[in-house]
Amino acid sequence: MHPTDEGTEVANTQGAGGSKISPGKAGAPALAVEHLTKRFGDRVAYSDVSFEIGYGEVFGFLGPNGAGKTTTVRTLGTLIAPTSGSAMVAGMRLSAANGPAIRQKISIMPESPGLYLRLTVEENLECFAGLYGLGGTKARIHEALEAVNLLERAKDLCGALSKGLRQRVALARALLNDPEVLFLDEPTSGLDPVAAREVHELITGMRERGVTIFLTTHRLEEAERLCDRVAILNTTLRMIGRPDELRKELFARTLDVRTKVPLADPGAVFSGLPGVEGWSDSGAAMYRLEVSDPEAAAPGVARALVRAEADVVSIAESRHTLEDVYLQLVGEEERAERK
Amino acid sequence: MSPSWTRIWAMSKKELRDYRRNRFVVVTMAVMPLVFTVAPMIQLFAIKVNAASSAFNARIGLALLYMLIIPAIVPSSLSAYSVVGEREQGTLEPVLITPIGSQEFLFGKALAAFLPTVAISYAVFGIFLAAARIFAQPVVASAIYSGSHIWVQLVFTPLLAGWSILVGIAISTRSADVRTAQQLSVLASLPPLVVVGLITFNVFHASVGITVALAVALLVIDRFGWRAVAAMFDRERLVTGGRS
Repeated sequence: MHPTDEGTEVANTQGAGGSKISPGKAGAPALAVEHLTKRFGDRVAYSDVSFEIGYGEVFGFLGPNGAGKTTTVRTLGTLIAPTSGSAMVAGMRLSAANGPAIRQKISIMPESPGLYLRLTVEENLECFAGLYGLGGTKARIHEALEAVNLLERAKDLCGALSKGLRQRVALARALLNDPEVLFLDEPTSGLDPVAAREVHELITGMRERGVTIFLTTHRLEEAERLCDRVAILNTTLRMIGRPDELRKELFARTLDVRTKVPLADPGAVFSGLPGVEGWSDSGAAMYRLEVSDPEAAAPGVARALVRAEADVVSIAESRHTLEDVYLQLVGEEERAERK
Repeated sequence: MSPSWTRIWAMSKKELRDYRRNRFVVVTMAVMPLVFTVAPMIQLFAIKVNAASSAFNARIGLALLYMLIIPAIVPSSLSAYSVVGEREQGTLEPVLITPIGSQEFLFGKALAAFLPTVAISYAVFGIFLAAARIFAQPVVASAIYSGSHIWVQLVFTPLLAGWSILVGIAISTRSADVRTAQQLSVLASLPPLVVVGLITFNVFHASVGITVALAVALLVIDRFGWRAVAAMFDRERLVTGGRS
């Protein structure tokens, strides 16, 4: 795990939308997990997982199928007892005795909406408001439906709704108890791009309302767009941090240079330039330069290319996506397992 | 944590709404009582007044036994569906994520099966009694209204329903699929019916003492059996599909 990403960093991280992440009540994190492990017999679901999440943070939990993401969510939601380790959830110690109290303060939206299809949207929410023992049911239902733009479908049977709309109802259900921590388990799984975008907008809206969100997802662009920090799990936690930090951590910073025709002697052009630590061919008339600081090195590279009378097409800093980070960490392991 | 009636009633209300819109449940709840209303009526009108006393009592007993099949059988399929059905349709996990306790969840389910079962059973018995009074021969009607028959029906209807729901939910918490749960729970709902049938057929005379003892035994089982059922309700196993 990234050594600098726990504890103090939580309080100082800037949200993706520029909002400051709050350490929450009396400085306590919304979630604090220490060396959590879950085994089913001989099979390890996840092992030695530790992290902290501040109040108001959107935290992405990434990993391949079977990595232990859903089991981690179920553990933190008190549905499954950990084999070892400890955790604080919404300010309470994770234990069977605290289960009902913890569940009162959190919500989990499972991958499958799990709605009662013969009941209307309103009846579904009414049932869950009752299960939470909430007062002012009608107002809460109205507020939750308004938050997911579903007021006009309140009287519709859930069985008559599209998958995207059902997902929205499930989100409204998860908002009923005004949770301190909201777990979203693959909220856009199986949704078309339009429906997925709607869910993204809802998550952004919830972030703006200050809800702490724990988002498990396969969609890396989703995590990159929505999350303040991400963790990559493959039974054990491989990395944790802000997406840009992970990129820096995993990948050397590089400049991609493209010329109209291949350079006659690229070594003579790039070697010894200030800030350039090495270079390699990356295709026909394309070169990748390892640099310590792309902005400082680029002007020198441009001048060297002009001196060499090269026809420069572009000089750009390489962009590594979260997908590159993920594939670097997880892809290698998956390929090795398949062999 | 003390049980919350708000949570229990939320679960029951959801179940009752769901039953109302479930064609299978509506048909089960309508057809079975209809069958068990018509069959005893036929028995009633087929009784020969001049038959031997034992044959006469057997006919009356059979007619009344049909009445007690209703509270034993009608809730068994509902209660068998209660946990494994929710699991199969993917609605169990969202419910277990709420603060509802195991006993609240199970009691809410049980109440939703119990209320319509008892209402239907008493209604059918009321129709049967009225039909006996109006249409049956006076000797037959008098035999039905006399003795312990009515009390047995009134007392054992809720107790048999309670037993049937208890075992149905217990089986449902441990079953892997709905069909197995429903078949097993129909079988498991029958044993107390045999005992009550013996009384109804006058195989042994149902003195007040025996009837009360049997009723108390069923009451104790219905009351304390819930603890055993609640202990069988393992959230982790239900959510993970039996890997715990």
